Amino acid sequence: MPGDDQDRPPRASFWAGVRAGTPYALANSVVSLSFGVLAVQAGFSAIGAIAMSALVFAGSAQFAALAVIAQGGGLPTALSAATLVHSRYLPMGIGLAPSLPGGPLRRAVEGQAVVDASWAMANRGDGRFDRLFLFGSTAPQYIGWVTGTVVGAVAGAALGDLDRFGLDALFPAFFLALLFAELRHRRSRVVALVGAAIALALAPFAPPGVPVLAASLAALAGLRRPTA
Amino acid sequence: MSTTLWLLVGGMALMGVVMKAAGPVALGGRELPPWLAGVVGLLAPALLAALVMTQLFGKNGHLGIGADAVGVACAGIVFWRGGSVLVGVLVAVVVTAGLRMLLPI
Repeated sequence: MPGDDQDRPPRASFWAGVRAGTPYALANSVVSLSFGVLAVQAGFSAIGAIAMSALVFAGSAQFAALAVIAQGGGLPTALSAATLVHSRYLPMGIGLAPSLPGGPLRRAVEGQAVVDASWAMANRGDGRFDRLFLFGSTAPQYIGWVTGTVVGAVAGAALGDLDRFGLDALFPAFFLALLFAELRHRRSRVVALVGAAIALALAPFAPPGVPVLAASLAALAGLRRPTA
Repeated sequence: MSTTLWLLVGGMALMGVVMKAAGPVALGGRELPPWLAGVVGLLAPALLAALVMTQLFGKNGHLGIGADAVGVACAGIVFWRGGSVLVGVLVAVVVTAGLRMLLPI
């Protein structure tokens, strides 16, 4: 894993993170281009779409909210869906906390650097995280995410109907990639299946966004102690 | 852009900051109670699976299968075989666009 070298000097850690994060930045820019286009189509202004990417910087949460809005859902449902998707940053932040120095404000600011790929790559495997590697990995991903959104939001109209390019497959494919990373354990696979079943069962009847929110009930399986 | 969408942007930005700061600030090095940690740890697979399903098969309140479902299924094979995110996403896009060019789906 790129973050495994525990003896790197700080500057080397940062640049190692930049190198490790760059491929993810390229993928991010393609996905966020799609976000920019779809956000404008859903009623966002270009500035609004760019502001969301710059301020939120969380692809899965942004797409979750956008999906709700695009299907006619309201603010509470969209915000709830995004917040639930965002909630995975809670355990990530708890895991990172012992590796962050300083007082509460500094720890809060440094904690903002957490995104899925960076968090996973900065994990040294001994319960500690290489925070400078984390910062370095997140930096290009942020640039890629915002840049892609700018291009999509501003030039989206010139691209026309994105469906003919197959770009509507980007969003679920991106989520599927994140999902695969979550399926290492049998319990996760069962929960994913139950969550998918709940969402599919409710999709034809429930208001937009509710099937995804209801699928979170599958996570209550976590109340039971693992048998293995 | 409507006020509602600006409120959404502001609300999501605020929630994002809170979610990412909560662990480092409030909980510090302490861990969640085991019962809550177990639930939080399983939220991601449940929600991600639901998002994939609703985006592919549950659009506009109707269940159905389109070219994007085939494309994303091909991406799933790439991910299952250990391929990169970029390659999988590219496969999904190319297959989806190709099917739409060849077939009226």
